[in-house]
Amino acid sequence: MSAHGNTYVPKSRLAKWFESRLPLVGLVHSSFVSFPVPRNLNYFWTFGAILIAFLGIQIITGVWLAMHYQPSATEAFDSVEHIMRDVNYGWLLRYAHANGASMFFVAVYVHIFRNLYYGSYKAPREVLYILGVVIYLLMMATAFLGYTLPWGQMSFWGATVITNILAAIPVVGDTIQSLLWGGYSVGSPTVNRFFSLHFLLPWMIAGVVVLHVWALHVTGQNNPAGIPIKSSKDAVPFTPYATVKDVFATVVFMILFAWFIFYQPNYLGHADNYIPANPAVTPAHIVPEWYFLPFYAILRAVPSKLGGVILMFSAVIILALAPWLDTSRVRSANYRPIYRQFFWVFVAVCFLLGWLGAKPPEGGYVIAAQICTAYYFAHFLIVMPLCGLFETPTKLPGSILESVTGPGKQVSGAGIPAGAAAAPHTKG
Amino acid sequence: MRATSLIAAALAAALIGLSPATLSPARAEDGHGSQPPRQKWSYAGVFGRFDQAQLQRGFQVYKEVCSACHSMRLVSFRNLAEEGGPGYSAAQVKALAATYQVKDGPNDSGEMFERPGRPADRFTAPFPNDQAAAAPNGGKAPPDFSVLAKARTFERGFPWFVFDALPFTGYSEQGVDYIHALLVGYEDPPKGTEVPDGTHYNQYFPGHLIAMPKPISDGQVTYPKNDKGEPVVPETVDQYSKDVAAFMAWAAEPHMMARKALGLRVILFLIVLSGLLYYVKKKIWADIGGEVHGLQPELHKTS
Repeated sequence: MSAHGNTYVPKSRLAKWFESRLPLVGLVHSSFVSFPVPRNLNYFWTFGAILIAFLGIQIITGVWLAMHYQPSATEAFDSVEHIMRDVNYGWLLRYAHANGASMFFVAVYVHIFRNLYYGSYKAPREVLYILGVVIYLLMMATAFLGYTLPWGQMSFWGATVITNILAAIPVVGDTIQSLLWGGYSVGSPTVNRFFSLHFLLPWMIAGVVVLHVWALHVTGQNNPAGIPIKSSKDAVPFTPYATVKDVFATVVFMILFAWFIFYQPNYLGHADNYIPANPAVTPAHIVPEWYFLPFYAILRAVPSKLGGVILMFSAVIILALAPWLDTSRVRSANYRPIYRQFFWVFVAVCFLLGWLGAKPPEGGYVIAAQICTAYYFAHFLIVMPLCGLFETPTKLPGSILESVTGPGKQVSGAGIPAGAAAAPHTKG
Repeated sequence: MRATSLIAAALAAALIGLSPATLSPARAEDGHGSQPPRQKWSYAGVFGRFDQAQLQRGFQVYKEVCSACHSMRLVSFRNLAEEGGPGYSAAQVKALAATYQVKDGPNDSGEMFERPGRPADRFTAPFPNDQAAAAPNGGKAPPDFSVLAKARTFERGFPWFVFDALPFTGYSEQGVDYIHALLVGYEDPPKGTEVPDGTHYNQYFPGHLIAMPKPISDGQVTYPKNDKGEPVVPETVDQYSKDVAAFMAWAAEPHMMARKALGLRVILFLIVLSGLLYYVKKKIWADIGGEVHGLQPELHKTS
């Protein structure tokens, strides 16, 4: 699976027998136990573990919810209320699943911004990064499908708006739309299809996550200094050092999650979704879930429907091009004084787009959304290429160890046993 | 570097400066109702609990007034005796259910028939179907009450919506505040406002013109009396509205008290666990000279 030397030594006869037939334990061992981790990672690097935790939470709560849910236009709303009222701890399952989706996106956005700040997308991690963008796309599709399932007003009208967007695709748009609808309008077959797809996509996410971890295993992790592991002192073994840090950070994040489940369960949702779907009544404002708002603002910034659709999809696709748009040889923005400022402006613009996405598309809001959309793309198409060419980076530390302790200082204890780390020393 | 700071600042200023034209909250004028005043609810906040007496009064108001037009199709009689609710006894609920006639069937001969209600039955609806509900009510069925307290809200705007999510400043009772405000919000229209037939002016209803006539007035519902023969709470529209809104909050979220109680235990557990894990992590990392703290150690280094 990788160029790493396998450090796992099976002890018992059974383990030896199994390992010589399928080296599964050795694979897990080299990915999550002996895997060399840069010793200067900060807490932004714990979000990978947090995301895996949330994928697990979503799948477990989702499978249980599916045991009680009825995917039909007449029964969906009431079956969700049946879960809330009559299923033992059904309210907990449903609120955990609904807020779990939001927390999943909080974590993935931190993960993505961390990536962009520290230049983790740059060579040799392009494939690792693109797999991440694929996971993000699958997450968006899954979340959209899931939000339609309670079959409230926002579910219905959200499904209507998004499937109408797909119809704007030239040539095949209408076919895709009627395939998703299962007819000629959003209705009962649509809920049934969306439920099926909502159950399918998480397993595809899980599959791509395996590839994502595999690619990570090959290149090793980036780090705040953005320089590769050069000696065994730069790295620590994943277990126990990264494991305990990841578990600690995950538990802290769960406090936030629990706060929303138990005390603000509907804060991140929309009140209109407690009104049963009604094709005859359009809500005053059709608004997607908060995590789609920046893209919704981009969609509505353009008067042309097709243009808006193209821009919205481009806004996600352009992420995948970052490794080639960024011309800087330095990864970490810590050593890029100019890019660092543009980065924070970009973050601010994303938040502003999110806020504008929740506003009605009229007057000044549209103009502001247009400016922000232009800046969003300019960040990738202008700032990233030019900054790398004209900026003078500050001096990089000599090694990861030096970035932790300062130059010339010694630190007690070797980071990692000799021979435990292999490939990341020589790559990237 | 200075130059880019200026560019960034200018851009931010341009973006922020652009919006005020549309940001000014001219809410009352633009067709939305005015902001409902915030009420005190016993069940708000982390330690919030429903007031059983209030839920019983609220149920009384619903039963005697609202249920003439509004259904509550997801709530069963048995729910009234369940933990965390109005706290009626099983016998009271059985007796109450029996006062309703419920349509059942078909029986062995294929006939639908009426029988006295049982605790397992849902609340009976005032109208047999949506069309029957819409016909005498201006063409639109009065909304079902089951989850209405969660289906109504009003916009709080920036920055208030941020504080609404936080501990201590948290606010998740917009729905009931709106319902209370709506019920006390009937008033004479301002001069020059046309109020078409079949609509009524309400200060808090979005657009101000509501099909429902003023549904309740002072003294309409007779509340239980205390030892001195006085009602325990004032028999006013304001009090009725609070009570029925509280009852609707319970109906929309019957496990709210269980949720909040469990949440407290879960969060305390997680805080203790994360504290323990922090020290485990510190101990483990101490072997190799400790961990780097601070998000960007490189930026703060002096050497």
